[in-house]
Amino acid sequence: MGFEKFLFYVFALITLWAAGMVITRRNPVHAVLFLVLAFVTSAALWILLEAEFLGIVLILVYVGAVMVLFLFVVMMLDVDIATLRAGFIRYLPLGALVTVVMAIEMFLVVGPANFGLDAFPAPAPLGADVSNTRELGLLLYTVYLYPVEIASVILLVAIVAAIRLTLRHRPDTKYIDPSRQVSVKKGPDRIRIVKMATEDQVPMPALAGGHSQDKEETE
Amino acid sequence: MIELWNALPLVIQILLKIAAIVLPLLLLVAYYTYAERKVIGYIQVRIGPNRVGWRGWLQPIADAVKLMMKEIIIPTKADKVLFLLAPMIAIAPALAAWAVFPFDEGLVLADINAGLLYILALTSLGVYGIIIAGWSSNSKYALLGAMRSAAQIVAYEIAMGFALVGVLVAAGSLNLGDIVNAQSGNILTWFWLPLLPLFGVYVISGVAETNRAPFDVAEGESEIVAGFHVEYSGMAFAIFFLAEYANMILISALTALLFAGGWLSPLPQSWVAGVFLLDDGFHWLLLKTFFFMFLFLWFRATFPRYRYDQIMRLGWKVFIPITIVWILVVALAVIYRLPPWWSA
Repeated sequence: MGFEKFLFYVFALITLWAAGMVITRRNPVHAVLFLVLAFVTSAALWILLEAEFLGIVLILVYVGAVMVLFLFVVMMLDVDIATLRAGFIRYLPLGALVTVVMAIEMFLVVGPANFGLDAFPAPAPLGADVSNTRELGLLLYTVYLYPVEIASVILLVAIVAAIRLTLRHRPDTKYIDPSRQVSVKKGPDRIRIVKMATEDQVPMPALAGGHSQDKEETE
Repeated sequence: MIELWNALPLVIQILLKIAAIVLPLLLLVAYYTYAERKVIGYIQVRIGPNRVGWRGWLQPIADAVKLMMKEIIIPTKADKVLFLLAPMIAIAPALAAWAVFPFDEGLVLADINAGLLYILALTSLGVYGIIIAGWSSNSKYALLGAMRSAAQIVAYEIAMGFALVGVLVAAGSLNLGDIVNAQSGNILTWFWLPLLPLFGVYVISGVAETNRAPFDVAEGESEIVAGFHVEYSGMAFAIFFLAEYANMILISALTALLFAGGWLSPLPQSWVAGVFLLDDGFHWLLLKTFFFMFLFLWFRATFPRYRYDQIMRLGWKVFIPITIVWILVVALAVIYRLPPWWSA
């Protein structure tokens, strides 16, 4: 067994274990962290497949951004395990049915008939100087230009829709408009300078004790 | 010597190289904390630490010994495993990112094609240390600090990533060595000039990304005591401290590499070729890195802390639009071969 094969089994085992933990852990934060681990080991598997760009981008996008936001939301949830488990028996038959259908479907698609070296011969390993990123970029922006552009427009529509759905103006919240805030001028907006004639020159008090008396005189 | 080196097994060679990077880095981290206290001291007309050793030179050693001797207190209802795992998750990416960092022409541990992407991916993992620390401490202040940090880092990572997209468009490569060589010429052909807005965005996002003042709301002591590491003590706390400073050094070194020509001399190569110390070399990279490291300290001593909503506004509504516009400008400049940067 070569070292690469050994690495593959190590990462594959960790991925499966982490994926199992994601759906069995009670604590949602633990589940999300195991999902992160599953992503990291999947990225390692992709790198073993010579798909370095995809592997690094999986870490960058899913682990570095998406899962951080996920964790952000999950940490604030107060999950009540008892209510979650309340309908377990009631939904069990339906759930089992869905599981069986999904398992059959997956078997048909990724079953042993569709795998193996005779169905897909192993591709020749690429040289060390082949830039994965460059090859992928060239393909995406020449051969697959229209699918890429259509996918990006669909994503843009999803972003706009999500923002529109969550955007609501609540008149009761006190909102600071930064552009108005920074444009405040000292002159008219913040203080009013009142010009007034000075009164007669008041003699400076000789002692500190004469202060209160002084004040009364000026008034 | 060379034969002895070549006789060593590859694993030992790589381990020695890793030690040659990490040990000076940790020493630099220790003296960066000393420099910070001294520099901010002088900016505020104080002397700074001056008791341990000559002019306080042994202060970081004394601090390290003190932190190692202290007890690591684990809060009663904390998630123990995650609580102890968090500092390790914080420091690991800060050290692992150096694997692809070129210190001089060809002087790099792993010369991979997607070096920039690798560094971006690893620096995006550092936030997990903070979030896990905040959550596992089972403390309100720590959780609030983690929340602030998560939102802030996600916001600034996008601006930072776009700034790096500008660099890779300008250099036409993701390999860090190639990016430096694409800037060769003199101080005016380095990328800081054609990518000036991205340079500014990168430096400021770097300060935000490392949770340093004026963006240090994750530990804002006036509001949430010490934020995410409020429950940490002893060596566990020291690891967070190390991670923060190692990240600052990494961001400074990357700025020097991506925008300030790395190890290239600021003078044209025709003037300085072969001249001692003026020629290209590691010392230029070190000098530039130290300059950007000094900026971090200078910022801290100069600016008051940002208000939280202003940080979010700056990241999402100012920096991201600036970077998107400038990527378009750079792309056009590259296509139309704008001299002197892309005339070749």
